[in-house]
Amino acid sequence: MDTIEIIKEQLQNNQILLYMKGSPNQPQCGFSARTVEALMACGERFAYVDILTNPDIRAALPGYANWPTFPQLWVNGELVGGCDIVAEMHDSGELQTLIKEQAAAEDPE
Amino acid sequence: MIIQQQIEQQLQSSFAPAFLEVFNESHMHSVSADSETHFRVVVVSSSFDGFSRVARHQQVYAVLAPQLAGPVHALALHTHTAVEWEQREQAVHASPKCLGGSKPDQT
Repeated sequence: MDTIEIIKEQLQNNQILLYMKGSPNQPQCGFSARTVEALMACGERFAYVDILTNPDIRAALPGYANWPTFPQLWVNGELVGGCDIVAEMHDSGELQTLIKEQAAAEDPE
Repeated sequence: MIIQQQIEQQLQSSFAPAFLEVFNESHMHSVSADSETHFRVVVVSSSFDGFSRVARHQQVYAVLAPQLAGPVHALALHTHTAVEWEQREQAVHASPKCLGGSKPDQT
């Protein structure tokens, strides 16, 4: 399977997905750290891909996403943004609303 | 200063910004003292009216594609319309401290 297909599958199977440098517990970049912090503050489960250990995805995703940098937060198959956008949305409360709504849509209990 | 000037000129001519600031933040990262690798940009322009945050950043990335393909490793963006800029009382986030992960990442 080529890398773009793998990315599409990841986006299809994970409604809240963060492509980042390192892991949520050990981010390897200040921008990834800030993004994951904002996402964790929403209190919902999310998936992540460490692009430092997945060089194929790191190389292919910017072209697919039309977005040259990491981290990238994707919700419901759509690019929400990188660190700056996620931080702005966190401050305004939009991020929590988006993430909570997505989590509720997946698990309606 | 060369890259910083390129970035400023590109943004100036593409977005006719009401406010533009380009900060070289390379000193906050694990690169040599005179580097031009990490930048933070604040652009306030009516070109962004009606566009989502992602679309605005994509516009800026497209304009700065030559720099991003070359020496520039990180670009923090703050893109606002004039109205939003007033509402924000001109406050923007400072960039986070580097955690060292960009070291193998100079390509």
